[in-house]
Amino acid sequence: MGYERQADFGTPEVRSDTQVTCSIDGREVTVPAGTTVMRAAALTGGSIPKLCATDNLKQFGSCRLCLVEIDGMRGTPASCTTPVAEGMQVHTQTPKLQKLRKGVMELYISDHPLDCLTCSANNDCELQDQAAAVGLRDVRYGYEGENHLGEMPDISNPYFDFDPSKCIVCSRCVRACDEVQGTLALTIDGRGFDSKVSAGLTPDSFLSSECVSCGACVQACPTATLQEKAVKEIGKPERAVITTCAYCGVGCTFRAEMRGEQVVRMVPWKDGKANRGHSCVKGRFAWGYAQHQERVLSPMIRESIDQPWREVSWEEALSYTAREINRIRDKYGRNALGGIVSSRCTNEEGFLVQKLIRAGFGTNNVDTCARVCHSPTGYGLKTTFGTSAGTQDFDSVEDSDVMLVIGANPTDGHPVFASRMKRRLRKGAKLIVIDPRRTDLVRSPHIEADFHLPLRPGTNVAILTALAHVIVTEGLADEAFIRERCDWDEYQHWAEFVSAERNSPEFLSPVIGVDAEAICGAARLFATGGNGAIYYGLGVTEHSQGSSTVMAIANLAMVTGNIGRRGVGVNPLRGQNNVQGACDMGSFPHELSGYRHVSDAATRALFEAEWGVPIDPEPGLRIPNMLDAATDGEFKAIYIQGEDILQSDPDTKHVMAGLAAMECVIVHDLFLNETANYAHVFLPGSTFLEKNGTFTNAERRIQPVRKVMEPLNGYEDWEVTQELARAVGLDWNYTHPSEIMDEIARLTPTFAGVNYKRLDAEGSLQWPVTDAAPDGSPIMHIDGFVRGKGKFVVTDYVPTDERTGPRFPLLLTTGRILSQYNVGAQTRRTANVIWHEEDLLEIHPTDAENRGLKSGDWVKLASRSGETTLRATVTDRVAPGVVYTTFHHPATQANVVTTDYSDWATNCPEYKVTAVQITPSNGPTEWQEDYEAQATRSRRIAGTAMEPAE
Amino acid sequence: MSGQTAEKLAYMANQIARNMVHDEAPVASVADHIVAFWTPRMIDQLLADGVTALEPVAAEAMARIAAGRIPPPQTRATDPAVHGSDAG
Repeated sequence: MGYERQADFGTPEVRSDTQVTCSIDGREVTVPAGTTVMRAAALTGGSIPKLCATDNLKQFGSCRLCLVEIDGMRGTPASCTTPVAEGMQVHTQTPKLQKLRKGVMELYISDHPLDCLTCSANNDCELQDQAAAVGLRDVRYGYEGENHLGEMPDISNPYFDFDPSKCIVCSRCVRACDEVQGTLALTIDGRGFDSKVSAGLTPDSFLSSECVSCGACVQACPTATLQEKAVKEIGKPERAVITTCAYCGVGCTFRAEMRGEQVVRMVPWKDGKANRGHSCVKGRFAWGYAQHQERVLSPMIRESIDQPWREVSWEEALSYTAREINRIRDKYGRNALGGIVSSRCTNEEGFLVQKLIRAGFGTNNVDTCARVCHSPTGYGLKTTFGTSAGTQDFDSVEDSDVMLVIGANPTDGHPVFASRMKRRLRKGAKLIVIDPRRTDLVRSPHIEADFHLPLRPGTNVAILTALAHVIVTEGLADEAFIRERCDWDEYQHWAEFVSAERNSPEFLSPVIGVDAEAICGAARLFATGGNGAIYYGLGVTEHSQGSSTVMAIANLAMVTGNIGRRGVGVNPLRGQNNVQGACDMGSFPHELSGYRHVSDAATRALFEAEWGVPIDPEPGLRIPNMLDAATDGEFKAIYIQGEDILQSDPDTKHVMAGLAAMECVIVHDLFLNETANYAHVFLPGSTFLEKNGTFTNAERRIQPVRKVMEPLNGYEDWEVTQELARAVGLDWNYTHPSEIMDEIARLTPTFAGVNYKRLDAEGSLQWPVTDAAPDGSPIMHIDGFVRGKGKFVVTDYVPTDERTGPRFPLLLTTGRILSQYNVGAQTRRTANVIWHEEDLLEIHPTDAENRGLKSGDWVKLASRSGETTLRATVTDRVAPGVVYTTFHHPATQANVVTTDYSDWATNCPEYKVTAVQITPSNGPTEWQEDYEAQATRSRRIAGTAMEPAE
Repeated sequence: MSGQTAEKLAYMANQIARNMVHDEAPVASVADHIVAFWTPRMIDQLLADGVTALEPVAAEAMARIAAGRIPPPQTRATDPAVHGSDAG
């Protein structure tokens, strides 16, 4: 694709069952009732001049440039605010209109710099375009009058500048912040000539304001007033490629706007069905890591981890790796080998890695980092509904009347979808938040949760059962739905269980730490408030009862009849970009793609016929089991693609011990991450900008990832895996990831109708894509559950064994913040660090006072597993007795504190509950210092300066 | 806890049993769950060294698994994990 701006129809699309036909400049057009004249004109291929209008914002009617004449109507109405009517005759180009528009444009230009040739928006500026469109040739008022040309730019934001001298006060930026992002950080300050865009009270800058740097204002700006610094530095893009973001599970699609091999900017694609033209600070701006100086581009090997790395050719690295794999298999057996594939990787990469492990290494010891985030979702939803996936698309939220958000912090973790939630909430939907912290969603501009239930960490199952108790005992269950769609006997068994007094809010309130009345109120609201949708995140799954909590959520959706239509459903918000896809692709050790167990002979036969090798019918090791087996001397080699288990997995010391016990650790990644400190082979990886493939987002939407630049290391990741497979003796000959997807489709019923040609044509497809649903399945379980009848599962509350006591009296829970992503390998190598330089410990004022702490103090965070130090921030966002931190920075290594307790069904780690003590500290722990010294030693590269890579 | 010890496996089995105690047939559910998600080696380790730490439902489930199970390899020479599926 060459470079041209996305078409802008001026005002948003309108949905209506009624169609209206009118004539615009003699061209007849039929549009949904309520469509504006401006949009209708654009749909005919015409173009009415405009400045304040753009099609992702509500019509505003301020610039007076889009005036039209309409037969039988007085004056010259604004086309952006005038809806079409049946038989309407519209004229968009008349001498009267031309004169009016030119007059308007003269006023704008009289207070605008005439520096077009040197302006960074030259030839990509709507003001410039419209001046040309109205035929402006001079300005009668001159340029000497009072003006704003001397206003100083605000360059505080690391990614974009605000130059008020170029502002035409069209309010598009302010409206974008309100309507699209929902932060309301911007306003028009002053009146008349003094009107100006403001990011807060003077002397606030964009950086110090409440702006979250989503880029919506920059995208909306029709001039160079708000513009990316990269455009100023590099110049206007010359081509654009549509691709999918590699950060969170929302799966935003972007136009990667390029100049040569250089990314100029990432602009959210308006036709993207997941993000609908919006973005967050990570996807929009934080892609600089792709060309960061610390990227490792040459393969490296070493015989032991106390040696420096040695750069070698790809051939030497791959042959060395293959020799080591063969040696270890011969010496210890095939089950001493294994692999991990990251949810950052594409579907095709994930499929190839598990194929390599099963068909090449000869073992089912393959797992994915979804193990440590959403494996309980897979187990819980498969058990209750029959499919390991969420039930809705994101658009569904537009029809939700009550949202129940539990264990999720969407404004930080899934910000683009959070903006859509907020839009619906501002229109009147009700909100229940169940979270130990007062997240931003609980109270933000024009939004306040109807119920915030700040439960004690570890009591999710108790509170969900208490909610169910109220619904069942007060007769609020949707019996008609249950009788038709669910197993009635199982329901009765479950209803009897939840109705027991010991599951009442009154009984459980002291355990949960929330007033019984609030629990009752929330239950009544969810059951009676209309369409109820449940959204959840890792605050649900990362517990010893993660799977039980997912099933309790499914129970709640079924008992209220909130499944199988728009506006309802069970919606897991996936942490990484391809968590759903990694699970779909057979990356778990017990199942092949499409969630089919390896013990199923018919399924194995399919794969054996395609791959030409036998598949082990027994499940393999999960990640924690691999580490356990390694410390027991039974697991010796691992291929890790795109995952930093040393920083991300719990109980860091145990992970270190496991890795250190292996004889060959192969890390395939962008950077020398923490895990690479224990690696013997490093295979350079490629970024999402450098490869083709697909990601599957949280709504089961399979979306293309397209190569926008050549891989700096020379190979896409799937090619590296293929070369490794060849080196161990497999005859793989894929020439493009589309061929891998074809194989996936042949072997996986839910992907049967997926191929690259269709993805290119449709933009995306939501699985299942089958003969029965050839265009995909935005909403699941419409007429019946995949498993037949919905299954109510009794989820008894079993307290975690991680308990507070005199030594460790506080409960630590961990999470993410907006500007950083997971272990920070990407975002720490961008300007996003300006918002989050270090992990901080949130502690309640009471707990802080008891320990003599104030914000900014260094504190020691200690648990039974280990201890680390970080700085404290005192806040009542957390309840007394609860502390919170993030895990984005290796200097903190927050997971040295977390334990190896895990979900009973899936071994998903219990990150969210750790008993800890906080004490004042004056510096890093001895462990942190030793760790840093070991990391520095381990990152030495022979023949180069001995510099740490991080 | 650290290391894939029988003690840890027993803890895991007990944890599964406590969460499946309300199933219609908890012993069968626990046994099925362990067979579906654990490697044969993990099951062997628990059966060999960890059964005394099992709570009743988990113990019964492991007994059921043991009853329906081919004995684990007695020597490395008979271990298919060492020699692959075409050994012998």
